[in-house]
Amino acid sequence: MKIDSNVVDGVAVLSPKGKITIGVGDVALREAVHDVLDNGERNILIDLSGVSTMDSSGVGELVSAYTTVKNRGGMLKLCSVPSKVTDILQMTQLITVFEVYDDRAEALATF
Amino acid sequence: MGTENSQFSTTEEAHVRISVGSRFEHIDLVQIVVDDALGRLGLDDDSRHWVGIAIREAVANAIKHGNRQDPQKAVDVELAVVADHAVIRIEDRGEGFDPKAVANPLAPENLLKPNGRGIFYMKSFMDEIAYSFRPGGGTVLTLRKQLTATESSDNEVDSERSGDG
Repeated sequence: MKIDSNVVDGVAVLSPKGKITIGVGDVALREAVHDVLDNGERNILIDLSGVSTMDSSGVGELVSAYTTVKNRGGMLKLCSVPSKVTDILQMTQLITVFEVYDDRAEALATF
Repeated sequence: MGTENSQFSTTEEAHVRISVGSRFEHIDLVQIVVDDALGRLGLDDDSRHWVGIAIREAVANAIKHGNRQDPQKAVDVELAVVADHAVIRIEDRGEGFDPKAVANPLAPENLLKPNGRGIFYMKSFMDEIAYSFRPGGGTVLTLRKQLTATESSDNEVDSERSGDG
């Protein structure tokens, strides 16, 4: 699990690659979100195009990130969500909670 | 030894057992072993992805809630074929729990909770899940998935068939 992080037009863009699953990927995602918040960023876009597998811990970490960012007055959105990750978010009715965009450019224009 | 990419030819041959200590790092290993066996049994890629996630959830729960991440305590995983179903048993050394007491993750008040979705996903991805509890300690979770192709959706949610041991 590797997470690229860069800031584009005032939005921190996180691009996790690999599995967001219990014990490894979920912790890495939590740390990446806290790192960008500690750097003073308020708005986060998570580009999920490189994510192959997400389990309930990964889903839980996305939800935690969403509430943390929201409580600090920022926004967290998702883009480029692979179909299997969309399915897993849909099943637990979270696809309605997150703002999800087809690609990065489209998502960045909405912040 | 069989030839490369050979299919399992008998149910006895398909019988696979793996035992790991309670570390999250071992979840990948269990999934790889069971996924390989399910591939040889003819389960399609898509179904194997979802069964793989169900197995990950099951082993994660056994490690985290059952064995409390004590690496000395084993999680035993066994795959067998029974009447055209893959039957996967995951056993831990924990004290057990009441499956009926698990909150519904779709309830509005639970929607944004960081945990509590694992069992729901297992029920969604498998044809049947059932818990049983050994009197002296140890939880046995049995997951079933039909091996032949069916018309049913992968996303079908069947929360009625989970056993309570």
